[in-house]
Amino acid sequence: MYALKWKEKICATCPSADCLLKCQYMSFAGHDEAHGEMMKVIRGEDSRVLHECATCYACEEYCKRGNHPFYLISERREEKGLFTAPRPITNQWINMTQMQGKCMAGAVKDKALSCCFIPDLGILGQGEIFKDVAPAAVFGAEYMCPAVHTHFARMSVIKERLPKVIENFVKLGAKEVICLHDECYGTFTAIADAYGIDVPFKPVYYMDFLLSRMKEMKDRITPLGIKVAYQRPCSNRLIPDKYPLVREILDLIGVEIPDRVYQGENCLCCGEILRSVSGYKLADDVQERNLNDMVASGASYCVFNCPACQSSLSEKVAKKGLKPVHIIDLCKMAIGEKEREVK
Amino acid sequence: MRDILKALVEIVGERGVSNTPEELWFYSRDPGVLTPHLPDYVVAPRTTEEVQKIVLLANREKIPVVPMGNGMSLTGLVIPLKGGIVLDMKRMNKILEVNAMARYAVVEGGTSQGVLKAYLQEHHPQLRHSIPDAPPTTTIAANAALHGQGRLTQQYGFNSEMVTGLEVVLPTGEICLIGSPSLGPYWFSRGPTMPDLSALFLGWLGTTGIITKIGMRLYPNKKIRDVELFVTDRVDLIPHILYKLTHLEILEDVNVWFQPKPLVFKGNYHITLYFTGDTEEEITFKRRMIWDTLQEYMDSKDGGFMSVQYMKDMLMEMPQRGIADFADVPKGGGFEYSGPITIIEHFPQYAAKVVELAAKYDVLYASSARLISGGHCMMFSISFAFNRNDPAMMTRVKHALDEATAFALEMGGIPWKPNFMEQKMTMEKMDPNALKLLQMIKKNLDPQGIMNPGNWEVNP
Amino acid sequence: MTYVRTIEHADIVHRCFRCGYCKFPSDYVDFNCPSYKAFGWDTYSPGGRMWLIRAWLNDEIKSSPHFAEILYSCVACDNCKTQCVFPKFKDFIPDIFQEAKAELVNEGRIPPEVRDYFKAIAVNGNPYKLPQSERGKWAEGTGLQPYVNQEYLFYAGCVGSYDEVGQKMARSVGKLLVDAGVSVGILGSEEACDGSEVKILGEMGLFTKLAQENIEQFKGKGVKKIITLDPHALNAFKKDYPKLGGKFKVFHYTEILAGLIKNKKIILSAYPMKITYHDPCYLGRHNQIYGPPREILKAIPGVEFLEMHRNSLNAFCCGGGGGNFFTDILGTGEDSAGRVRIREAMETGARIIAVACPTCAKMLSDAVKAEGLEDKLEILGIAEIMERARTK
Repeated sequence: MYALKWKEKICATCPSADCLLKCQYMSFAGHDEAHGEMMKVIRGEDSRVLHECATCYACEEYCKRGNHPFYLISERREEKGLFTAPRPITNQWINMTQMQGKCMAGAVKDKALSCCFIPDLGILGQGEIFKDVAPAAVFGAEYMCPAVHTHFARMSVIKERLPKVIENFVKLGAKEVICLHDECYGTFTAIADAYGIDVPFKPVYYMDFLLSRMKEMKDRITPLGIKVAYQRPCSNRLIPDKYPLVREILDLIGVEIPDRVYQGENCLCCGEILRSVSGYKLADDVQERNLNDMVASGASYCVFNCPACQSSLSEKVAKKGLKPVHIIDLCKMAIGEKEREVK
Repeated sequence: MRDILKALVEIVGERGVSNTPEELWFYSRDPGVLTPHLPDYVVAPRTTEEVQKIVLLANREKIPVVPMGNGMSLTGLVIPLKGGIVLDMKRMNKILEVNAMARYAVVEGGTSQGVLKAYLQEHHPQLRHSIPDAPPTTTIAANAALHGQGRLTQQYGFNSEMVTGLEVVLPTGEICLIGSPSLGPYWFSRGPTMPDLSALFLGWLGTTGIITKIGMRLYPNKKIRDVELFVTDRVDLIPHILYKLTHLEILEDVNVWFQPKPLVFKGNYHITLYFTGDTEEEITFKRRMIWDTLQEYMDSKDGGFMSVQYMKDMLMEMPQRGIADFADVPKGGGFEYSGPITIIEHFPQYAAKVVELAAKYDVLYASSARLISGGHCMMFSISFAFNRNDPAMMTRVKHALDEATAFALEMGGIPWKPNFMEQKMTMEKMDPNALKLLQMIKKNLDPQGIMNPGNWEVNP
Repeated sequence: MTYVRTIEHADIVHRCFRCGYCKFPSDYVDFNCPSYKAFGWDTYSPGGRMWLIRAWLNDEIKSSPHFAEILYSCVACDNCKTQCVFPKFKDFIPDIFQEAKAELVNEGRIPPEVRDYFKAIAVNGNPYKLPQSERGKWAEGTGLQPYVNQEYLFYAGCVGSYDEVGQKMARSVGKLLVDAGVSVGILGSEEACDGSEVKILGEMGLFTKLAQENIEQFKGKGVKKIITLDPHALNAFKKDYPKLGGKFKVFHYTEILAGLIKNKKIILSAYPMKITYHDPCYLGRHNQIYGPPREILKAIPGVEFLEMHRNSLNAFCCGGGGGNFFTDILGTGEDSAGRVRIREAMETGARIIAVACPTCAKMLSDAVKAEGLEDKLEILGIAEIMERARTK
């Protein structure tokens, strides 16, 4: 079984304890308390962190010293038999994402276009932008990054399934896997690395692909001239170096992202997982603050990266007068492939 | 024989009667597992007077008459066990009146659920009726006649309790108005404060007369409907959860269901909770009450709310089209269920029985219980799918269903829309004096024994 | 030796639960299956047909005139396929009906009206038993030229070529195309039946022959793009001909006319009128072309466009499909599709029912007469309405 690569010394000597001090869902009196709680986690002792963590993934980004606080918290929770969410919800996710041989794989040569296990991605990954890779689309539990189980502190599921997923891609002969789901890329890079799982193909982040394609199609772009708010997904915390791509892509298609409070490191969860894990009070509060902040920024669109965030927030942002749209669809709008009015 | 056909043609015209092999074959069966039996004629009346004439003829000639809506009870209630006339009521499908202020509708005896739904949506969007999840072709009168349930049954009781008046052709041919319409033009009460004569026709499965008009209560159609889905893997908690939920008095409809496939549903019991409001505030308030009342189960990690986003359209649909899809799981066009009415306390025992029967008879199950009248009881469906091309599987399903009914009776439950065999089992267990009363009523109303014979038959 | 019946989709027939969703439109407002609406027996509904076909394949019922009537009363409107709740086999329901009819053809147990139709097509090349030499007469005075390498072939079809109502429609389309300067030609007396109805009625041999001859002719003349008057022909050209090697770009005339209006090649002046539109099944449900006819009507200044309750995907058939236009098995009773549709159109307050299919035009014109509404309602092809807006 794979094990988390973890260096206790890095934490023991941490001068900032940012992993917990910056947390938006738990509060600590100061460095000493936060650091103390994290050390309890490390030593395998009980800590309130193990009961209160909302699983937003953010500490993976807050830690600048190369350790993996979130994975460790999740490991410890599982070791102690703690459930983040209700047991039937946790098991539902495990059952639902089991490989049953019901996957779909297109004609993969060197490249595969991963639609994870999310039907919406199959539609997003079509059209002019993806014309060369769309025939190589793959979909299904067999190709799904199992990162979602970190929300439920079931790291064992990840350790068991991720190597199989990787093997499935290898079987297809893929040398490059373009990941349409942020989380897949995060899994094949950050999580696989943290557990020492070998990834014998090159994971490609879809926003890198999108940016280069949009540059190629520069002549076809009509600047959209709109202001948007961006909903950063939890899994982007695993790959913070990729965050700037959003601005680059939006710049290219004439879209402005006015500054707002809950952006970048300070972004808020879409609320879907919070609802399962902590109940509606926290989820409602987070969504309300997030959405009001979007409105206050002067945005007219809410741009999504993750289809799960989009599903959770679309109706709600629409009620606030913002138009929900995936960043890929926004690019399709810029090249005239999609109507500007979105549902 | 020729004379009877001729007489029928005289009553309903050439297009209203058939004795061709095709119609006889089709009207000899329903989509369930019971053995078909051929009728001699299929007749489709258009008016009450035609129904009356048919019944008078049937009396004269001593021919059985089996009234039929869409024939979707699945338990063979429209199979003409002793031949005779199957009376397809669906051409009597007019909506006669909607009294919006008194919130009732009067429709003809063959009017379908779907047509009333569409009519109200267009002409009275502030009103709705308790639409069942059976296909929209099923009829309002037949549903009431077998004590059907609908989307408002949790709040307001069996759909048969919503009846506000009847026009019935008695087995002896008299046209009889029941309830307030027997005294005046209004269809607001099926009986009270007089003796409730509607009970002579509801639950009798067409053995005491033919409903040609029916008044039904309508209810407010709130502007917003919403749904939450609570799941738990502990069946023992279900009665307690339901008790707490019904205490809220805010739920439109509550269904508890479990099925082994697809895998997302494996191992869990799902409680679908519908609630309504006229404003977002009302909806939010109700949602919070629902969550708050179940907080203890979330704290103990025994239960939680699952995301309904992907299923919402399907769950909100009325009727739910997806329900019929269960029939195609074994790729064979069939399912049938036993749906006893029982107390909520017994949910765990019934749930165990479903799984036991499915394993014993090697058949696919799905189960769904609907709360009735704020939790006073529930309809617990023990549902098995089958392949119509596999007679052995159909026999296994039949045995499993028989055993389910025997179990329900043992547990003190009441079989719902029982087939003729289940009716016998029920009558055997019934208090003898109640049975005598039943027999007395039946004999007096139908002295010739022509109405849907073989059903509720005390001394066959 | 006993004859063993079989059809291609025999393995699916038993999967119908006959729940009856197929009888309705999506909002359940009324029965949307024309044969069920007309006859009222469950046997005449799609589910009834499925169950009977199974019984017939199992030899529980025999081939009979009544069984044939049940099958041939189906108008192939595709409402059942659209509404069926079983996603895994719903698409094959109309195929099953057609295969069963083909099997009846093989057995020689078809209704006389159907047999007469086949005979007329086989012998005369059209159901009207009129001379082939008269096939192109309708085009006189339109300015339409014989097809010689023009961009488009305008295909009129049997109804457009021979029926009075159809001819009027074809002429108005022809004139508009010519006036707008479209490079278009016709086959005139060389045009042959497209075979769409032959196929749906189950005469597969005759259909294949007609289709192959047409394909050969089209190819021989270098036809690449076809404009059809009749949605039935459009459907056959789009879906059946490619399987026989005939791949053409096929358009319905409303698509072309809508484009000409958009590109200002046709200018319309005011025509103040209340108009509703009846979707032909073969244009709408079969080919998902709902927009262009509506765009045209909405582009006419002064037109008040009114939708019928059942429209687009839920439109109620005129009753002419599945060969019923010729065989008339559905009949002309009060509940026949055309008359029901006319009453529905009346509810909108429209004075004109716009149609986009010559079969619908004929069926609905007859139904207006049967309902005694000639002075209240007019049936007009989309192009005929456009002509009025050009001359006013």
